[in-house]
Amino acid sequence: MSQSHRLNNEGLINRNKEIVFKFNGKKYIGYEGDTLASALLANGVHLVGRSFKYHRPRGFFGAGVDEPNAKLQVKLNNHSEPNVNATEIELVEGIEATSQNCWPSVEFDIGAINNFLNKFFPAGFYYKTFMWPKSFWYKVYEPFIRKAAGLGIASIEKDRERYEHKYEYCDLLVTGSGPAGLSSAYSAAKNGAKVILAEDKPRFGGSLLIDDVTIDNLSGKEWADKIITELKEMPNVIVKNRSQVFGYYDHNMMVMFERTGDHLKDKPKHTPRQRLWYIRAKEVLLSTGSIERPIVFGNNDTPGVFLSAAAKEYIKVYGVLVGKKPLIFTNNDSAYETALEFKKQGIDPIILDTREEQSSELIDAAKNQNIKIKFSHAVIAANGYKKVKSAQIGKLNKDKTGFENNEKIDCDCICVSGFWTPTVHLASQSGNKLKFNDQIDAFIPDKSKQHEISIGASKGTFTLKDTLEEGFKIGFEVSKNITKKNNSTSTPNSNESKKNSHDKFWCSPMPKGKNFKRFVDFQNDVAVSDIEVALREGYRSIEHVKRYTTLGMATDQGRTSNLNGLQLVADVEKKIVPQVGHTTFRPPFTPITIGTIVGREVDMEYMPTRKTPMHTWHEKNNAVFVDAGAWKRPRYYKQGKENLFEASKREAKNVREHVGICDVTTLGKIDIKGPDAAEFLNRVYTNAWLKLPVGKARYGVMLREDGIVMDDGTTTRISENHYHMTTTTAQAANVLSHLEYYLQIVWPELNVNVVSTTEQWAGAALAGPKSRDVLAKLFPNINVSNEALPFMGYIEGDLFGVKAKIFRISFSGELAYEINVESDHGLFMWEKMMEIGKDFNIQPYGTEALSTLRIEMGHVAGPELDGRTVPYDVSLEGLVSKKKDFIGKRSLQKEAFNKADRQKIVGLVPTDKKSTIPEGSHLVVDKNAKLPNPKLGHVSSSCWSVENNNPFSLAIVKDGKNMIGKKLFAVSPLKKTAIEVEIISSHYVDREGKRVRS
Amino acid sequence: MLNIKCPYCGDRSQKEFAYGGDGTVVRPQLNQEVTDEKWDEFVYLRKSPRGKHIELWHHIAGCRQWFRVQRDTVTHEIFKTAKINEEIK
Repeated sequence: MSQSHRLNNEGLINRNKEIVFKFNGKKYIGYEGDTLASALLANGVHLVGRSFKYHRPRGFFGAGVDEPNAKLQVKLNNHSEPNVNATEIELVEGIEATSQNCWPSVEFDIGAINNFLNKFFPAGFYYKTFMWPKSFWYKVYEPFIRKAAGLGIASIEKDRERYEHKYEYCDLLVTGSGPAGLSSAYSAAKNGAKVILAEDKPRFGGSLLIDDVTIDNLSGKEWADKIITELKEMPNVIVKNRSQVFGYYDHNMMVMFERTGDHLKDKPKHTPRQRLWYIRAKEVLLSTGSIERPIVFGNNDTPGVFLSAAAKEYIKVYGVLVGKKPLIFTNNDSAYETALEFKKQGIDPIILDTREEQSSELIDAAKNQNIKIKFSHAVIAANGYKKVKSAQIGKLNKDKTGFENNEKIDCDCICVSGFWTPTVHLASQSGNKLKFNDQIDAFIPDKSKQHEISIGASKGTFTLKDTLEEGFKIGFEVSKNITKKNNSTSTPNSNESKKNSHDKFWCSPMPKGKNFKRFVDFQNDVAVSDIEVALREGYRSIEHVKRYTTLGMATDQGRTSNLNGLQLVADVEKKIVPQVGHTTFRPPFTPITIGTIVGREVDMEYMPTRKTPMHTWHEKNNAVFVDAGAWKRPRYYKQGKENLFEASKREAKNVREHVGICDVTTLGKIDIKGPDAAEFLNRVYTNAWLKLPVGKARYGVMLREDGIVMDDGTTTRISENHYHMTTTTAQAANVLSHLEYYLQIVWPELNVNVVSTTEQWAGAALAGPKSRDVLAKLFPNINVSNEALPFMGYIEGDLFGVKAKIFRISFSGELAYEINVESDHGLFMWEKMMEIGKDFNIQPYGTEALSTLRIEMGHVAGPELDGRTVPYDVSLEGLVSKKKDFIGKRSLQKEAFNKADRQKIVGLVPTDKKSTIPEGSHLVVDKNAKLPNPKLGHVSSSCWSVENNNPFSLAIVKDGKNMIGKKLFAVSPLKKTAIEVEIISSHYVDREGKRVRS
Repeated sequence: MLNIKCPYCGDRSQKEFAYGGDGTVVRPQLNQEVTDEKWDEFVYLRKSPRGKHIELWHHIAGCRQWFRVQRDTVTHEIFKTAKINEEIK
């Protein structure tokens, strides 16, 4: 297999290392150091894809991020990635690439019929065509369009690659290692600044690798190598290749994407595939360079049409000829360098220059080499379908609005140059309003908004001498402000050909009677005629034209199309480009993988997992866990073939009849200390706290300032100035912030300190009629009688040598205790309880049984305290003090909160005593009423009452207790149920609360 | 992502902080008569200025102190940060 277009000597590739790869099923050979694009071109492959809308054959156009066409599906190391830019991906042994957006093949694509139907695909096609009938959109149009206009195919398999995030800080981030980047990074580093130099490509040097220049009597590449070698040795410098800074965020937060593994065939196990860097830079130097823009002409999307700089890069870097009969089409001097490179390789190019006959260093050099130059000439159209075969060219008339003749000229590629566009994306992202520079017909950065400075070609400095001077000067000055050092570096001598000014010619006129497609945006298939249609239809704002035609909206962000698009709008509207304005650039500069954004935050690492000290015991005893925030809590302990329902019923029943044990470590715990602690609690909770004696616990409810219940829990007075507060698992963090807010901002005069102790204490609840018997055996030295340790009492005890806090509190409504020990002893406590409890039929119970027990007791929890209820709504009015003020009290006066028919808590049983009522069901009078069926309330919590052996629910319903005895329907359209229910009290078990006090 | 200077800990990434809203709101004193209008203003009504804004931030993943920040809501520039007992204008 020969590489028909590979040169023998030129290029920076490693000819000693052949690489075998596949494209559309066929095997090819390239070299180490190739990109997929250069390797295919070396093999003479140009046709790589079909265009987005018209399915026209497309080939390579650029040689890097500028590429609008060559987006391939690439398979490597068992992962398949869509929309990969063939010009950016490095060639690796085993790569399998395929064309996208074509069927059955890129050579023969049925969708290409769109090209002949292009009259039916005008600008705004989607908006116009698929509006009617409306019902067709989801079923017919959308699936069809998706299939026809798709890009690649995203994998549905799990991404097994490893991605990482990294944070870095520096004085100076330099984005791009061309002459501007190298010189500024070097002079700043020499002056002691901490510098990060990022280069998108594998090789450092940017334009120095391809331009025929000398610096300090070295070639551009030699000088770049020398500087990079020096920079790499400096401890204050990080030099990164394959790293693209793609986003400029607030406060100089720069985000960089590093391809750490994509170029490696056998990636070491722990090397990530890609890495995302968050870099906080004091100053950012934007040395992103410039991108050549094309001149628009007929059929300018034919494979074989290239940017002239790309053609030069293929020769100089990869040793690849993009054609053997090149036609160079230019409005400026820089394409002459491409022509001279072809000539060096023994190829005879023809140059078409839109300018009148003139002379400059480069033009003269071309003339001296006997290169044929046709001045005042332009390409009218390319001929050839899947590859350029020839070109129609013509001599431009005086005002360049038409052609004086029309001639066919044989060629196999057209290298086009319409001058240079500064890459201003990052500057624009930083908030910099761009300004138009009519010397270069492009936008350049205006005043800095953040700490950023654009240098070199990215701000329109197009000569090497000026760029180097700028780089060395600005690198020094910026670093001086940071390091306060004064070691300046002198600018080296440099040499390059002087260039004449460019011609403002950007689009070939259409000869009369011809109807060539002239593309402005290749990736989104937007032609001159599309933009003209949009303007004719009344679109004026460039932002609207962009959205209507999709100009510049593809993944290449219009890198080669923006300015030509603006030029066209300006011409038609008889304005100048700065009046048209430009659209907004947004990150990312180029597409990045989702994997990189996600980083290591997948699977187990998606969020932290909180486990209680008893977790291993739960695991060993067949606990089925449920997520409670970050916590893992046992939902039930499976015995035999039990399901959730059966297990939770057994566990709850065992609590009611014997004794159960539940892990309550996850409850929020806050230690409150200080002489004003009682006063503080009195302000935080709705009930009275000043007279709570030491050794007693109290249930408390706290509100937000708007009167809504925020959280509930018990707080215990451990000693005179020391309280132990518990919160719900879900609200633990919010309650702490809430307390800190009031202590630090509202009442700083209160001498109180709060700290979370959730992690410090392991907790177990002992609940059930036999719980006291277990407790007595656990603490044989303590009197745990009802008199010595009454309901809401607190004592400290010694649990086989471990200090324990014993609270007589109950969530289940049974006689119950909660015992806390220091976390390290949690498992010991639990095992002791199980061991001693054996004689009393102790069984662990999970959150499902816990819910059952609290629901049938009518204890409110999260589903009732849902951010919409005030204390009166959930039977907590008894806890609202009339005497004292507290957080949120004033809001309780609101009329709406005091309305007689407000929705309040009740209990529900199904009249058939069998059907479980889905939580979230709506309560209505008539289950068959027309929608919207008036809703009286909703079901908040449901359980199977183990006490009464039938379903029971809590609900929030209009008119609350006044509805008791009435019948309603609980309807759930989601579950397709309509259950007749009777409204009863929310306290279904032990209404008098005797058990907890027994 | 903002870079916020905690008055206690120094420059830290926004990730460590929680936003706390308008920093100029003063809670009516306890046990005082408050009109409906005044109370509603305290609980619900907030200005949404374009430009300079004094706001509260809470260093939840750090020293757990609340403090005030003067920030431009358009450019996100932070002009000043101050402890709660310090002046910020």
